[in-house]
Amino acid sequence: MYEILAREDFSEVTFLLEVHYPLLARAARPGQFVIVMLHADGERIPLTIADYSVERGSFTLVVQAVGKTTNEMQQNCQVGSRLYAVVGPMGIPSHIGELNKVICVGGGLGVAPVYPQARALKERGAYVIGIVGFRNKDLIFWQEKFENVCDELIICTDDGSAGLKGLVTDGIKRAVDQHQDIDEVVAIGPPVMMKFCAEATRPHGIKTVVSLNPIMVDGTGMCGGCRVAVGGEMKFCCVDGPEFDAHQVDFDDLMNRLARFRPEEKQAYERWAQSDNCRLVQEEPNIH
Amino acid sequence: MAKKTIRNIPQERTAIATQGSKERIGNFNEVTLGYSLEDTLIEAERCLMCPQEPCVPGCPVSIDIPGFIQKICDQDFRGAYDVLAESTLLPAICGRVCPQEDQCEGVCVVARHLEPVAIGRLERYVGDMAITEGWVSEPEIEPNEHKIAIVGAGPAGIACAADMAKAGCDVTIFEALHRPGGVLTYGIPEFRLPNPVIDAEFNKVLELGVKVECNTLVGRLFTIDQLRNEMGFDAVFIGTGAGYPSFMGIPGESLNGVLSANEFLTRCNLMQAGEFPSKDTPLGLGRKVVVIGAGNTAMDAMRVSLRLGADEVHCLYRRTSAESPARVEELHHAKEEGVMFQWLTAPLEILGDEENNVRGLRCIRMELGEPDTSGRRRPVPITNSEFEFKCATVIYAIGTNANPIIGQTSKLKLNKWGYIETDDEQCSSLAGVFAGGDIVTGSATVILAMGAGRRAAQSMKKYLGINDPVDMEVSDPNQRRIFGIDARQKRFARVRLPEQDRVA
Ligand SMILES: Cc1cc2nc3c(=O)[nH]c(=O)nc-3n(C[C@H](O)[C@H](O)[C@H](O)COP(=O)(O)OP(=O)(O)OC[C@H]3O[C@@H](n4cnc5c(N)ncnc54)[C@H](O)[C@@H]3O)c2cc1C
Ligand code: SF4
Ligand code: FES
Repeated sequence: MYEILAREDFSEVTFLLEVHYPLLARAARPGQFVIVMLHADGERIPLTIADYSVERGSFTLVVQAVGKTTNEMQQNCQVGSRLYAVVGPMGIPSHIGELNKVICVGGGLGVAPVYPQARALKERGAYVIGIVGFRNKDLIFWQEKFENVCDELIICTDDGSAGLKGLVTDGIKRAVDQHQDIDEVVAIGPPVMMKFCAEATRPHGIKTVVSLNPIMVDGTGMCGGCRVAVGGEMKFCCVDGPEFDAHQVDFDDLMNRLARFRPEEKQAYERWAQSDNCRLVQEEPNIH
Repeated sequence: MAKKTIRNIPQERTAIATQGSKERIGNFNEVTLGYSLEDTLIEAERCLMCPQEPCVPGCPVSIDIPGFIQKICDQDFRGAYDVLAESTLLPAICGRVCPQEDQCEGVCVVARHLEPVAIGRLERYVGDMAITEGWVSEPEIEPNEHKIAIVGAGPAGIACAADMAKAGCDVTIFEALHRPGGVLTYGIPEFRLPNPVIDAEFNKVLELGVKVECNTLVGRLFTIDQLRNEMGFDAVFIGTGAGYPSFMGIPGESLNGVLSANEFLTRCNLMQAGEFPSKDTPLGLGRKVVVIGAGNTAMDAMRVSLRLGADEVHCLYRRTSAESPARVEELHHAKEEGVMFQWLTAPLEILGDEENNVRGLRCIRMELGEPDTSGRRRPVPITNSEFEFKCATVIYAIGTNANPIIGQTSKLKLNKWGYIETDDEQCSSLAGVFAGGDIVTGSATVILAMGAGRRAAQSMKKYLGINDPVDMEVSDPNQRRIFGIDARQKRFARVRLPEQDRVA
């Protein structure tokens, strides 16, 4: 269990891990996440489930190396190695209703996690418009996977090197102009992106669902560290979410709370990057 | 030997050695060091061996208290342990964390004239000795074909698991966190309950053949229904605790620097954030800390803060020390260690700086008015008594609510606060599913959770048709008991609803 079956590097910072855990593969539903510990002294970090396969007895994570733990994962999680702990699936699964036409938006970290939703919606017979955003052409991944489950796929790149030049919100604008009958938008990505997606759909009154990613500890509702402000109420993201009505979410609050440990995160990363455990420095000559 | 009377017993309760308060706030070693052999023998002499033994029903699991103390007087410690082991699985833990002053010691006859017999300390002595000596009171286990699932590895689950294993069942505990123990592990700090003590007592349960599966969130990885219908478990016990911390709903609660005591203690105890950055989990503790609430959880959070280098730690409570629900010893130790108590004070708003970090609190002074429905005098705000208070960290320790996961994912009947409904025998609304501990009563105590776990085991055996060679019925003919208490349970378990600390 928790063994890494496959790994794929999408870019210098983004990588995919396929993890062996048959029971979890059977239980997972779109919208859910897991908590991972890399080793006994590690922190507990939440990661959204990007895919799962009962046949392969596995689930997939797409990780961006941003801080100490995710950089350590990038370095150490090779095929055949094992994660120390995986708990999940956590959170309330997405409500996959009988919808006619849906937009699934993924940006950055959110591209992979929006995939199971697009697939599930497609399986329920919805017309799915996928909108995925990347910085440039070289960073695009899973295009084919998305094409297989989307009736339309709009790829957005910041520099215009592929697809539409612009942000995912430009993609939303285009889709909304072309289709007057959108039932719902699902948007997953960095908080700022989700905030702007909410603003893009608000004037049209289109129901918009976002998946929030606050700092977590246990993921079981026991600590309240993951609390988010939704419609003026406090919710615990790990048990009341992670999906909420985008038009009710206080994204500024989320962004503030995500900055809570910024000095500590920096300290931990720098300490690790300079330590013997980190092979970034030694390996550099081989890479180039 | 002459009959013992209140006049001829040692008059003073034997003092217990503690680490000095200056020294101990620099470490996480145990504060209360325990009795020596000599102390133990002297203190045991203080027990009058009253024929009416009021302390026995005073104990939520009806330990034969005069019985084990008599064995101590006879210097038969192994015998004393066997008496304890009939009723409690975790004497070294209970001796340390039970609120004895509200239970056994509170009704001790000696207490009418002198300080009560130090029952908890004697229990701890014997429990510790059993650990060092490696004593086990292992019954002959006759295996049967029943498979039992226990959800949650806290005191309730552990107790139920042990009894079912002793009855010969194949028992598996499923625990959501990466380490078992429940609040004992993630909540109560080292200096009050050292990990080796928890491990030693927990290992005795493993030695009975109980299996533990950590990292398993029941309800999400599989449901209670699946446990029963697909995974082949004949009965299920739910002991998932009440961890779901309350906040007050005042402005400023999402500022950085505001956290629940559960989060604070989990970071420190389970994740060892005190050792950041050599351990990965950060804590971000400010120099000046305010803890809201005055129960055990609040005491633990304050005392951990002091040990992690906070310059000043304040306790804010809207009532007075007399109403504090903490163990007397914890309150006393917190005072000794330098916690500053702001009694009759309630927060109105948490104040932040430009970077959304906590910079202080706006508070109001209170006075005690008429008694409320719980019989405690209701605190009422004093007009024009608002003031500001500088601090960098605010920790909420005002109680917990029911964890919703099992409720969300099963058809179990819950009460209006979300706790699982059971009858006096811990049977839930679903056949073959039992529940006990904080998830039934609301936040209570270790010993009550343990008692509930054992009572559930009795009901489970009845449900499965297992003949129990050990008769758990205790001797009081006036009170119907299925292991320990049923009528009494209601009396002890203060169902602590989320404290509505809000100023009206
Ligand atoms: C800081 C603190 C200090 C305390 N001090 C004292 C004291 O001094 N004396 C005293 O008597 N009492 C004290 N208490 C109260 C006491 O610890 C609790 O009443 C007792 O632990 C309750 O036991 P339990 O078995 O019901 O639940 P818990 O100890 O809460 O254990 C429940 C377990 O179930 C697990 N779980 C939850 N949901 C799931 C799920 N869906 N699937 C799998 N596992 C799950 C949890 O992770 C946890 O490990 C204190 C509590 C706290 C928080
Ligand atoms: S278990 Fe608790 S209440 Fe019972 S005798 Fe021991 S200390 Fe007293
Ligand atoms: S992560 Fe602890 S309550 Fe959600």
